[in-house]
This record gives sequence, C-alpha cells and structure tokens, in this order.
Amino acid sequence: MNETRTKIGTWVGFVFILVWCLLPVVWIISLSFKGPSETAAGSPQFLPKEPTLQNYDDIINNPDFRDSLINSFGISAISTVLSVILATLAAYAIARLEFKGKRLVLSLALAIAMFPVVALVGPLFDLWRTLGLFNTWPGLIIPYMSFTLPLAIWTLSAFFREIPWEMEQAAQVDGATSWQAFRKVIVPLAAPGVFTAAILTFFFAWNEFVLAISLTSTTQSRTVPAQLSFFVGPDPFNPPYGQLATASVIVTVPIIIIVLLFQRKIVAGLTSGAVKG
Amino acid sequence: MASIEMKNIVKEYGDGFAAVNDVSIDVQDGEFMILVGPSGCGKSTLLRMIVGLEDITSGDMMIGDRKVNDLAPRDRNLAMVFQNYALYPHLTVYENIAFPLRLAKAPDSEVDEKVRKASKTLDLDEHLERKPGNLSGGQRQRVAMGRAIVREADAFLFDEPLSNLDAKLRGQMRTEISRLQKRLGITTVYVTHDQTEAMTLGDRVAVLKRGILQQLATPRELYENPGNLFVAGFIGSPPMNFLPATVEGRQVKLPFGSVEIPREKAEKVQDKGLLMAGIRPEYFEDASVKTGPMTGSTFHATVDVVEWLGNETYAYIPFEAPPEVEQQLRQLERDLDGDSMHTQLVVSLDGASRIKEGEEAEIWVDGSKIHLFDPASGDNLTVDHDNAGRIPTPRETPA
Repeated sequence: MNETRTKIGTWVGFVFILVWCLLPVVWIISLSFKGPSETAAGSPQFLPKEPTLQNYDDIINNPDFRDSLINSFGISAISTVLSVILATLAAYAIARLEFKGKRLVLSLALAIAMFPVVALVGPLFDLWRTLGLFNTWPGLIIPYMSFTLPLAIWTLSAFFREIPWEMEQAAQVDGATSWQAFRKVIVPLAAPGVFTAAILTFFFAWNEFVLAISLTSTTQSRTVPAQLSFFVGPDPFNPPYGQLATASVIVTVPIIIIVLLFQRKIVAGLTSGAVKG
Repeated sequence: MASIEMKNIVKEYGDGFAAVNDVSIDVQDGEFMILVGPSGCGKSTLLRMIVGLEDITSGDMMIGDRKVNDLAPRDRNLAMVFQNYALYPHLTVYENIAFPLRLAKAPDSEVDEKVRKASKTLDLDEHLERKPGNLSGGQRQRVAMGRAIVREADAFLFDEPLSNLDAKLRGQMRTEISRLQKRLGITTVYVTHDQTEAMTLGDRVAVLKRGILQQLATPRELYENPGNLFVAGFIGSPPMNFLPATVEGRQVKLPFGSVEIPREKAEKVQDKGLLMAGIRPEYFEDASVKTGPMTGSTFHATVDVVEWLGNETYAYIPFEAPPEVEQQLRQLERDLDGDSMHTQLVVSLDGASRIKEGEEAEIWVDGSKIHLFDPASGDNLTVDHDNAGRIPTPRETPA
C-alpha cells in the first residue's frame, strides 16, 4: 500500500519535472513548424495547424546564419581544445605538486570565474580595438578561455586528486619518465574529467551572448546567439518568431549530439579495479 | 640480479622528524630480506628509498656496485609490487604486464613471448584480455607480480602485498611468493607488519621500531634470541610473556614461584635488582599431561580463562606487576600497536589438558629458555650473541 503510494508520488514528480523542463523546448520546436500567419495570430494553438518546413529552408539558406554557425563552431571548438589542454596541465600541477602560492592560484581562478562578464565588456572593447582584436576569432576565444579555464581547472584537479598516486609511481618504477607516466597512465584515467571540462567549456562558448554581441561587428566573427538578435524581419511590429524558433532548434541540435556522444565517455568509476576492491 | 646495501640511511622530513634513522642493512644477492615492524616504524619509507620514490637525507644506497642515491626510479632497474597493486585500470591484463616492456620499446614478438611466459607462471592465461576491474583480489595480486617478473629486474620489492587479501588467500599467496622467489633466485626486499609472513618468508628479517633497526637476523635467531623487549614481544604469536623477576643465585623469583635457570644465564644477571623475565607461552605445559623429562620447575596458579583450540589450549593467568614493570609493559604495548588491558600470563598447553576456568592448576615451565631483560633499557641480558644475528648497539635516540 505504502509502496504503491511512493511509486505514484515518484511518477507524479517525474512527470511534473519533465513537463516543467521540456514544455518550452517542445513549444519552440512546434513554433519552428508554423508559418508566419499562424505565429502572428492573437492566440495561436500549441500544435501547428499546417506544418511547414519553410522556416528551415529560409534559415539554412540565409548566408548570415551559415556564417555565424561556422563562427560559433570554430570559436567554441578552439576555446574548448585550448582551455582543456591548459587546464589539464595546470590541474595536474595543482593536484600533484607542492609549491608556494598553490592556494593563491586556486582562489584567484575562482575569483575570475565569479567576475561578472558585463563588467569586462567596456574595457575589453577599448583594448581589443587598440590591439586589432575587435571583430576577430581570437577576440572572442581569449575571453572565453579566461572564463572557462578556472572551472576546468577546478573540475580536473578534483579528478586528478582522486587518482591514486601509486599509479604514477608504479609507472615510474616500471621505467616511465614523468611525462610518459602522465600521458600513458594519468591522462587516460582522468578522461571522464577531461570530457566533463570539455563539455562545460563548449557550452559556455556556444551559448555566450554578451561578449559575442559587444566584441563583434560583422558576420566575420559573430556567433549564433548574437546573430539571432539581428533577425528582426522586414516588419518591426511583426518579428519572425517562426524563423527565430527554427534557428534555436538548429543551434541546440549540435549540443544534444555532443552531450550524447560524450556521455558515454563520462563513465563514473573508470578507476575501479586500479587498487584493492 | 644484484645485492642491495644500505649504509647509515637516514630519512628526515622537513619538520626534523626522522622516519628512518641510521639504518644499515646488507641484502645479499638472491636473498629474501624482510623489513618488519609495527605501523610507523619506517619500513615502507625505507623500501621507497630503495626504489627511488623517496629522497635519501643521508647515507649511501648501493645496488650492486652502483650508488643510486640520485638516480630516478626508472634508472634503478627494480620491480615493485605495491600494497594496493596499482594496476592500470584502462589497460587489459596483457597490457598491464607488458607495460614495462612497451616502455623499454621491446619488439612485439619479445613482448608477447615474455608476457605469455609470465602469465603461465602465474596462471593468468585465461584472464589476459580482461580489465583489472573484473578480477578478484588474488588475481589482481598476481597481475601485479606479473608486471614485476617480466622486467628481469635486479631485485623485487614488495610493499605489504598481502595485506588486502583475506586470511586463506593470504596463506596461499605467501607460499606462491616464496616458491617464485626460490625459483627465480632474485634478490627480494619484502615489507610487512605481519610477523607470520616475516617468519615464514624471510631468509633474514630486519626488525624496525620508530625508524631504528632493532635486530637483523634469521627468523630462528629472532625467535630464540631476541635482542630486546621489543623484538621479543613482536616475534611470536601469542606473544612472549613478560613478568617481573628477581634473581638470587640460579633461582628466578616470579610472581608465581621460583624457576631455576642455567648457570651461564644466571651469571650474566647477578645483582641487577628487578628484571623482566620473558617466557614464551609454549615454554609452559600442564604438569599433569607433561611427559618426558621434568627438567624444569612447576608452580601453582589459578587459571582465569581457557581457550581450547583442539591441538592446543591457551590458558590466561592474571598477575599483579610492580609499577616500574607495569609502566614498561604499557610502553611496550603501545610500541607494538597493541591495546591490552590486563597484565596476564598466556600459557600454551597441550590440547589434552583438562584444566578448567577458575581452577588452580600445576604448570610446568622450561627454565632453560627464559630470557631476562633490563626493564630500563629493554636489552636482553641473557642473549646468546653468537646466535642472534646483528643487534645494533643502541644509540641515544633524540628525544
């Protein structure tokens, strides 16, 4: 009796959370299949009356959107790779070595992560214009890295700390140099951490808006979130909701694919079996 | 294959704490050397200094004719089995064993041949393609050993390799290690806190306490001629009994009565005042079941608890100790990681003994095997130096 009640309660909660989280997503997907006449209606119904692929056709053939998609991919991927490589090395040093100022490095990293992005926009704008980085890929990659590195370092150093130090010592006794021990034993074991850090970094860069709109001026380096704000359509009183929704769906798909791909790699307990059971 | 020689090795940490203090041990080529002691005695630190994972503060570490103090672990050509095995979980058993060979850039055919040979020796053939995570404790232990033997290293180092296994498996692996070592004839240094492993495996045993070498001798010498209270209490199970004693002529007065000891022992301990007598439980016997010559003494005592194990019986007899002995016994308990509440005599009797709890029994004791210790320094006054291996002359330990 009590058990069934618990079961029912679990399911009710489950459904509630699902609806809460997925309703906006489903709404956007449904919007993306609606024509302009439907989105402009006073009280549009949930499901499209006449489903159309016109929006997808328009968005994919829009050169501005294509350019910004390429920018988004390039900038996110480069910041992710660089950030993860740097963070792996830094986190390893923090986890393994005793050096002066270790706490300082860690707390400074945390402080940077907590720094509001908006406060940096003005100074960066001036600085980038002087240095010629305004409206370029590096102009976005550099601030993205500095905002994602702290998080990546914290995540990774937690992972490194959990790897038994004996693994590395065993490798050294087996004849490995410090670098070989790091590359052949430590990095494979920290893979879940590396992928976690990579996903977090990629998300940040992919979704970032404030810097993307402030430090760019053309589609030469503007990313998708910023480009979307320029989709105003011909009539200022009638924004192209259908197209905006379609663009949102298209930029969400890669994120979902990446998460599904990496999810397999993030297997908890990869180190099980290394030491006594 | 090589000998290992430690000369006055000292390991001092930044705060001045000496984990290993002036230890000199020579391990002969092909010898099985045990480093034993309670936790915190510096045995693992010493082992890690041999392999190069720990810096040496002072002293010389010689492997063969080479001084290796400043060599990196990979340049020392030693193989080590870690306490928690430290297998590489992302590699198969095959690749785990092959790891040292791959690092040495051995050709594939050679790797394969050596790995197969090692896996055959260790009975791992059917597990070669599995990951360490899917193996049992004993199998992981064997993989760790496999990784050591493919190396053809100069020496094997074991850091408490059996402490994570259950009792039955531990016994089997102990025999397995012994057999392997005898067959390969390789110099071996083995760290353990288990005196059974120390006694059964070692050609010689080095007993350490708080970073200082207490005695370096064969297991038999340690058992029969312990150099001091600590070694006497550490080696043997159940441990040696320590009783307050005074000597008059050839008579040793114990809390239960007098026991006669041999003349040569008695001569060494005249006029020393209060001493501590060390008698192993097995030097006692129930006088009623004792057969053979009664060349010892007997005494009467009330037995508190009896544990009958079939082949033998342990009887416990409580006694009161004078404060200075009591204090020394408490200190000894702490040194041995023990936590005994009572001063009591443990006697090991024949399984046929019918002594009951609470009864007064007549107990026979072999007086010729009694050791007498100086309660202040802990030194064994009756030690037979010709059969006691090396007992380093005690230096004043820094307070």
